[in-house]
Amino acid sequence: MEYIILILAGILFATAIYNILQKQLLRIIIGTVLLSHGAHLVILTMGKLKRGQPPILDDSVITYTDPLPQALILTSIVISFGITSLLLVLAYRTAKENNTDNMEEMRGEANE
Amino acid sequence: MIFAVLIPLICALFVPLLSRFKQKVHTGIFVVFIPLGIFLYFLRFIGNDFSPVLQTYSWIPSLHINFDFYLDGLSLLFVLLISGIGTLVVFYSIFYLHISEKLGHFYVYLLMFMSAMLGVVLSDNVFVLYTFWELTSISSFLLIGYWHHRERSRYGAQKSMLITVFGGLSMLGGLVFLSVITGTTSIRSMIDQVDIIMSNEYLPLILVFILIGAFTKSAQFPFHIWLPDAMEAPTPVSAYLHSATMVKAGIYLVARFSPIFALYEWFFIIVSLIGITTLVWASFMAVRQTDLKGILAFSTVSQLGMIMAMLGFGTEAAVFAAVFHILNHATFKGSLFMIAGIIDHETGTRDIRKLGGLLTFMPMSATLALFGTFSMAGVPLPFLNGFYSKELFFKSTTLLNENSNSFAVFLSDAIPYLAVFGSIFTFVYSMYLFFGVFTGPKKLDLLPKKPHEAPIGMLLSPIVLVLGVIIIGLFPNLVNGSLLTHAANAINQAAGYESVSYWHGFEAPFIMSLVVVGLGIILFLTMKRWTRIYNVIPGKLSFNKVYNRLISSIDVISNRITNSYMTGSLKLYMSIILAVIIVFSFVIMFTTGGFNNISFNDLAEISVVDVSVVLIMVLAAICTIFVNNKLALIIITGIVGFGISILFVIFRAPDLALTQLVVETVSMALFLLAYYHLPELQRRNETIGDTLTNLFLALGTGTLITMVGIAAHSSDWFNTISDYFVETSYKLGGGSNIVNVILVDMRGLDTLFEIAVLGIAALAIYGLIKVRNKKEAE
Repeated sequence: MEYIILILAGILFATAIYNILQKQLLRIIIGTVLLSHGAHLVILTMGKLKRGQPPILDDSVITYTDPLPQALILTSIVISFGITSLLLVLAYRTAKENNTDNMEEMRGEANE
Repeated sequence: MIFAVLIPLICALFVPLLSRFKQKVHTGIFVVFIPLGIFLYFLRFIGNDFSPVLQTYSWIPSLHINFDFYLDGLSLLFVLLISGIGTLVVFYSIFYLHISEKLGHFYVYLLMFMSAMLGVVLSDNVFVLYTFWELTSISSFLLIGYWHHRERSRYGAQKSMLITVFGGLSMLGGLVFLSVITGTTSIRSMIDQVDIIMSNEYLPLILVFILIGAFTKSAQFPFHIWLPDAMEAPTPVSAYLHSATMVKAGIYLVARFSPIFALYEWFFIIVSLIGITTLVWASFMAVRQTDLKGILAFSTVSQLGMIMAMLGFGTEAAVFAAVFHILNHATFKGSLFMIAGIIDHETGTRDIRKLGGLLTFMPMSATLALFGTFSMAGVPLPFLNGFYSKELFFKSTTLLNENSNSFAVFLSDAIPYLAVFGSIFTFVYSMYLFFGVFTGPKKLDLLPKKPHEAPIGMLLSPIVLVLGVIIIGLFPNLVNGSLLTHAANAINQAAGYESVSYWHGFEAPFIMSLVVVGLGIILFLTMKRWTRIYNVIPGKLSFNKVYNRLISSIDVISNRITNSYMTGSLKLYMSIILAVIIVFSFVIMFTTGGFNNISFNDLAEISVVDVSVVLIMVLAAICTIFVNNKLALIIITGIVGFGISILFVIFRAPDLALTQLVVETVSMALFLLAYYHLPELQRRNETIGDTLTNLFLALGTGTLITMVGIAAHSSDWFNTISDYFVETSYKLGGGSNIVNVILVDMRGLDTLFEIAVLGIAALAIYGLIKVRNKKEAE
């Protein structure tokens, strides 16, 4: 199962990178979203999957799933949410200002 | 001793404060007491029974880098020169620099240099020595560029910096070599291990590295080109750094390391050859100069070459002569620089073609210059110290060690003739300097100012130095036993007390002196007829041209390289970064066998539900690439997100599943809000090449992640640390949800910062939207 998830993570990374290398802002943002999904799966798999009960202490339970990756991912989910929303608003503002969402057309001033 | 070294640096901190009162009191008046105090402190060490002093202060003991200050004869000579000349130069600068100049800057740089220079000559630890060495380069750079509004000053400063720092780095390489071979950072311990160093295969490399450091600093051929351009500095600086002290740091370095290399034949060949070449070339070039300070600069270069050559000879006589000449050169050259400054100050020009007949206007300066130039020329008069050391130099050229190497034998035979040849030109430019300025027709209409004698305060410093010239000239053995013998001993153990006398028979050295004076007079009188030779030599072969070409091509090439990939396209930068990551990671992983131990044991079981969720996610992810409708794209991305939360449920991570669900829902809402404002997706119109590149980068990254993940999962190098959290969750955190305890208790600060990041993002979003609204409202 672990290897299947890792392959899934690999596919998510590949599609993410492909989207990030596009020109339109929306695609790039979607790319970053997929990228963080892939990263979360990799981190989760590193703690091995399906070994024991959910990490909530209970006297009847002997083995628990690894809680550490979950804690890391929880932080990461929230941060990537922040990034996604910031990027979205940034894209929306940029598109409004420049009348384009094409990265190649958005060039700054020449070197001052 | 550490206080003596650091006091100038500490006092430099207060100079900016003191310089605020410069309208009332010239800042130099405060500063002059610092070198004077240091001079008086070290003066008491002079004596026949002097023995070296070592003081150690811990700095970075774990790296064997300590302030080991070691005062032996050689250091003492330099320390006295640095502080003694320093006192006179600061005193002179009080009259030279007008209070409207930026005095604070000037004295801060000067004191910084003083500390650095004292550090160089007192440090026994090679790395501390190197640190101070570079500090002298930096302060020299700042002082040359003191009048930074002048283009020539900036050029000279940059040139000196580039050349001396290049040499400094090379020297650092040599020092690292030495300290690795000998296992010590102390020069004295290195000298004790001469055998180990001499038998090391890297000896030639070490020698070249260290000598490049010394040659660049002491402006030896062909690195001498920075010194004439350094003359853009204020004259007190030229007299101090670029004549008496800093440029002698290279001499000091060679002298300090002589005990290590003295037995190595190539040391003699390289150092003598470069030294004597510098002597000949620079004295020949000096005659061509028209700027007073330019003549003095080339003259300094040639005198340094002479000292360097004597250190290369390494014989007892040569070493003593070198030490003697270090002292003599500082006296007469220092005074000549100061007089050049006075002439500049009082007439407004340093161009020797515009000067002439100043004897009647400036009788005092003329008298001082007479002693200085004649001493420099080595005129045989019993009250000029330059004559004695030149005589000793000639003597040492005739008494070289026996050599086995045939080139060394040839060099030994040639050296006396080259020495005489160089000295003839020394005589010519010395005479040119004196007679060209002070005698001949008056050209008052060419001068910017009406010339008059300098104030007595300005003359005082050169007077002291010229008195030094005369006193050493009259009593040449005055400081032999108490100072010079100790210094020579530090370079060559065998070098002993040498009695210098004015007349020592009608021997080779005296004949050489007579030849120099005789031919010198003839050449000087016929100067106009043969100076055309300078149009042929060096003509286009000047080293300055090489330097300028080098610097400008470095500019052009680096510009071209940077512009070739800094195109402004973020996509390109991203591609380069990804390509580098992919290639490097794969190469490293394959070469180190990272993918070798993949095990299929210890895996979780697979169920139909898992696989179907995974398949749906794969499908959705791939669709994101091909969909060209923005609404569809957003929804498909949502499928991946919700798929992840289902996986979290399957993998028993309830907190993650909940969070992911909430976040995904809110994200969807956000995407849909922005959706309205974003332009519709366009079909891709890329070339096939673009697509292939993107495909390669995407697949490469994906494969890399999968393979690294599998390799990491297969490794059993580290034990899990999670048991700790399971065991202590309730005991330390008082909670039964382990993930929550980790987040808010064990890693509480992380979570705090995470909240901070979210807060900042929220502020930024608010700002972005608000700004637009305001703009639209207007």
